[in-house]
Amino acid sequence: MMNSFSMPLRPDLALIAAHVAPGSRVLDVGCGDGTLMAALRDERGCDARGLELDAHNVAECVGRGLSAIQGDADTDLELYPDASFDYAILSQTLQTTKHPDRVLDELLRIGRRAFVSFPNFAHWRVRLSLLRYGRMPVTKLLPMEWYETPNIHHLSVADFRDFVAKRDIRVEGAWFLSKGVLTSESLANIRAEHAVFLLTRG
Amino acid sequence: MASALFTSASPWLELPDPLPLDGGQSLANLRIAYETYGTLNAARDNAILVCHATTGDQHLASPHPITGKPGWWDKMVGPGKPIDTDRFYVLCPNVLGSCMGTTGPGSLASDGKPYGLRFPVITIRDMVRAHVALLAQLGVESLYAVIGGSMGGMQALSLAVNWPGMAQRVLAIACTAAMPVQNIAFQEVGRQAIMADPDWQGGNYYDSGRAPDAGLAVARMAAHITYLSEETLSEKFGRRLQDRSAKSFGFGADFQVESYLRYQGSSFTGRFDANSYLYITRAMSYFDLTEAHEGRLADVFRGVTSRFCLVSFDTDWLYPTSESRRIAHALNAAGAPVSFMELAAPFGHDSFLLDVPALDRVIAGFLSR
Repeated sequence: MMNSFSMPLRPDLALIAAHVAPGSRVLDVGCGDGTLMAALRDERGCDARGLELDAHNVAECVGRGLSAIQGDADTDLELYPDASFDYAILSQTLQTTKHPDRVLDELLRIGRRAFVSFPNFAHWRVRLSLLRYGRMPVTKLLPMEWYETPNIHHLSVADFRDFVAKRDIRVEGAWFLSKGVLTSESLANIRAEHAVFLLTRG
Repeated sequence: MASALFTSASPWLELPDPLPLDGGQSLANLRIAYETYGTLNAARDNAILVCHATTGDQHLASPHPITGKPGWWDKMVGPGKPIDTDRFYVLCPNVLGSCMGTTGPGSLASDGKPYGLRFPVITIRDMVRAHVALLAQLGVESLYAVIGGSMGGMQALSLAVNWPGMAQRVLAIACTAAMPVQNIAFQEVGRQAIMADPDWQGGNYYDSGRAPDAGLAVARMAAHITYLSEETLSEKFGRRLQDRSAKSFGFGADFQVESYLRYQGSSFTGRFDANSYLYITRAMSYFDLTEAHEGRLADVFRGVTSRFCLVSFDTDWLYPTSESRRIAHALNAAGAPVSFMELAAPFGHDSFLLDVPALDRVIAGFLSR
């Protein structure tokens, strides 16, 4: 059940872990099997808590000595008190929620800061695929068919920038990844496969 | 019959001091029967207290002395099992008010006669107070974990809240922070069935040669339905008839489910005391952790440092998932480390006693570090 060796973190998670202040209180929304929480606990001395939809993943977290609650980001975040965490993290989950706008509001209410990462739907491969075939792209980044993908609210880097600007949310940091490597901010909306934003209420 | 304590070869001890009770009275010469498995280590930091459910007993992982059946959590407790007795010293006491060796309404009072209804009404916290007193006598001052399902889960939560710092880990399965009204209602039906039986005799039946077996059996039948799921009932029995090809147009056990419930009811009377059933269900209906906090559950857990794990089952309608989730979010709001999950299992409330491999993994995982 437990790995004695530690797998390398997914690049967007490694990026988030590297920018979380040591010793912080962290809520990982959509924490999966607890990989990021374990890294934050073991390497950054954080008090990390998780919220996760899947019971098997929660059981994995429990087996790692982590604290995770089975629940739904769309409905259960309202149960957390204001400013109860230094960071609320939403990695690769925003695009799967029913109400991304409300989820983001809740993140910034619960956490003093929020990390949000998502796949960039405007990456050039996605654009090319749609242009060439006229069908919903199935790429390495978005590997599932339209009818089975959990990603129900696709967005691009540009969409997200517009969104936070309109809602008076301050961007404290933004990182863009292509093939797991940091890429520059210029042309990120075309070149980035993933984006990671660090946000606060403006 | 001088007393309705059933035969048990379990070790027991008598508390040196009277046990104060929430109702204002106290109990002197309190005897507690218990079973232990594994060995207490030199550091005395590997003790796990397992609290049994309403009609359970201390025979956690050893055969029941009356029924001969394996211990009620035999699959969970033992060498190499999720609650590993090679690593942990596991204790399971019979609860206060019960009838398997611990003092209850069937025990003899100081006048040499059974208590009957002279036994004081007790609470879940009184049960836990007795556990804590037992642990002190056994030299156990802190617990690696306290674990329980159903009423056992209530005891685990009560210990965590009322004796903060004592248990490092709290594992509460299929339970609640306050008895839901629907369950209070069901239990009242059971108590009324017992008290309506003329053989109950106001609770003074012990020396009469008669006991309210019919009433206790009905109470058990009604309760047993609440432990199962519709899925279990449909699969196990459906509308099938019992040993007959057509309806009898009488009131015999035409349906398999009727025959099954009658068996459950009558076999129960051979191992449980009716008055104990009254007292223990009364304690459950009084259970409300939020009583002193005007209903605010998060306030109940403020300052509690134990690590919690709460588990519910998707087919349990007696202690539904919403109860466990409410506890989990209150603990979270109070800053306590807590995990919660709803496991899929077809067996209703009884799932925690039956074969649910996912529960084994969760328990082993939670205790692993």
